[in-house]
Amino acid sequence: MHELSIVQNILDIAESEARKNNAKKIIKIGLKIGEMSGVVIDSIIFCFETLKTNTIARDAELLIDHIPLAGKCKNCGSNFQINNYIFKCNTCNNNDIEIISGRELFVDELEVE
Amino acid sequence: MKIKVVSNILKANDSIAEENRGLFKENGLFVINLISSPGAGKTSLLEKTILLLSSPPSKGGKWGGISIGVIEGDIATTRDAERIEKTGARVIQINTNGACHLDSNMIRTSLRDFPLNGLDILFIENVGNLVCPANFNLGEDAKAVILSITEGDDKPKKYPGIFREAKVLIINKTDLLPYTDCSIDKIKKESLEINPDLNIFEVSCRSGEGLDRWCNWVKGKTREEQKLN
Repeated sequence: MHELSIVQNILDIAESEARKNNAKKIIKIGLKIGEMSGVVIDSIIFCFETLKTNTIARDAELLIDHIPLAGKCKNCGSNFQINNYIFKCNTCNNNDIEIISGRELFVDELEVE
Repeated sequence: MKIKVVSNILKANDSIAEENRGLFKENGLFVINLISSPGAGKTSLLEKTILLLSSPPSKGGKWGGISIGVIEGDIATTRDAERIEKTGARVIQINTNGACHLDSNMIRTSLRDFPLNGLDILFIENVGNLVCPANFNLGEDAKAVILSITEGDDKPKKYPGIFREAKVLIINKTDLLPYTDCSIDKIKKESLEINPDLNIFEVSCRSGEGLDRWCNWVKGKTREEQKLN
């Protein structure tokens, strides 16, 4: 529901990085968005198309890397994908699991000219 | 030209949340961010909790007169703040004017008009929404999610983000259990699959059942916070 403000943050980050590098135009914005980041990718794309006009990213393309939820067992150390939000090790059954990916919400890279 | 950025989209919020946290620590406060869908009973829980915890021993209070402040977040109206004001707690209302969650900057701004001195606990009542508030840290010590049994026992798996983030789950409206098909066992099982460290409390704000255990937990955590200070 707050994708509009998330996209505004994305544009703010991209524009400020582009300016630091004396770029005139942003061509691509690469995002990493985790399965458990709480944002809806379709809404991100929709809001981006709306907000990018009148910025140096007006012709930019959004590249979204969607990252599945994965965990590491704090008992046996094995890494595995978490399905159906069941945080349980499939090797040793322990439920003390650290999330190692799937919560990402960041601007990864830009392509500018 | 390619530029590697790796910049957290919510970093502006997170860094203000850390400033808020610093201010809360300086004041030795235990801060709880209350999150639920609309109508699950956030304000009712606050009313009951404040009356129980703040009642002085001279008036039969079991918890020894704890001083409580409340930041009320709503899209519109001051109705919740008016309800809280009647309990005698110090309260300020934030109107988000449409925004679906509180963010750390709204909290920082409200703190300019809201003295923290003398308080033991600060409750922040978020906008009614099980999705967005999970992403926005405010500087709190614990997020507490309230799920009322009339919402159905399928909610933890449908909204896993907040159940993973929260330290506390309060299952409210247990007095209505005979009139629903909700299974408290299923809520507990599925929320513990998402977060095995959840502290779960079953309460009825209407009858008062279960609130003692919850108040004991809040008081215990407040003491821990004040000892650290």
